Amino acid sequence: MEQPTHDAANTLTKAELADLLFEKVGLNKREAKDMVETFFEEIRTSLENGQSVKLSGFGNFQLRDKPQRPGRNPKTGEEIPITARRVVTFHASQKLKSMVEAHYGGGTADA
Amino acid sequence: MTKSDLIARLAARYPQLVAKDADFAVKTILDAMGESLARGQRIEIRGFGSFGLNYRPPRVGRNPKSGEKVHVPEKHVPHFKAGKELRDRVDAKLNEEENAKAASTTRGPVVAAAGG
Repeated sequence: MEQPTHDAANTLTKAELADLLFEKVGLNKREAKDMVETFFEEIRTSLENGQSVKLSGFGNFQLRDKPQRPGRNPKTGEEIPITARRVVTFHASQKLKSMVEAHYGGGTADA
Repeated sequence: MTKSDLIARLAARYPQLVAKDADFAVKTILDAMGESLARGQRIEIRGFGSFGLNYRPPRVGRNPKSGEKVHVPEKHVPHFKAGKELRDRVDAKLNEEENAKAASTTRGPVVAAAGG
């Protein structure tokens, strides 16, 4: 399999997470890779089953049911309805937001 | 599902590991994800989604009570975009529910198309 190594240095991926489980938790490489995959699969399964996921200190994944609404093909201008759908939304926890602010807030952050 | 539910499910799927390994693994993954975002590093999990930061420029806001103008400094906020597999699976379930409703009123049981 050929995969472009895009922005590898500035992007966290499953491979890096598996390396961390290998180094920090002491799982073997295969277990580490499986565990990362299963971690995300359990979250997907929960959301698929209509159940939100709350990870304290990180954030919440919630579901929103959107009704059908009128839409348009931007190219042709033709009217086509956008069907009803269920979508996933993520709300970062206060802790995660503060961590980001602590890094980027610099001197401008309010006390 | 909460973090402890997630830990319990992982522990159940890996009986060869001790329970505290699942606990530590979940915490390690979430810490790494949080620290990455805090450093401004993106997270891309194929089939799940990507996390990044959105920039909010400084603006002049108003105190809704007093009407007083207040300076709101620029900030970065975490953002998640669901990946295709997650989007499709979550949405397929909704369609399945609706189709089942529709089918039950018209004809007998319908076998849902199985994904390859």
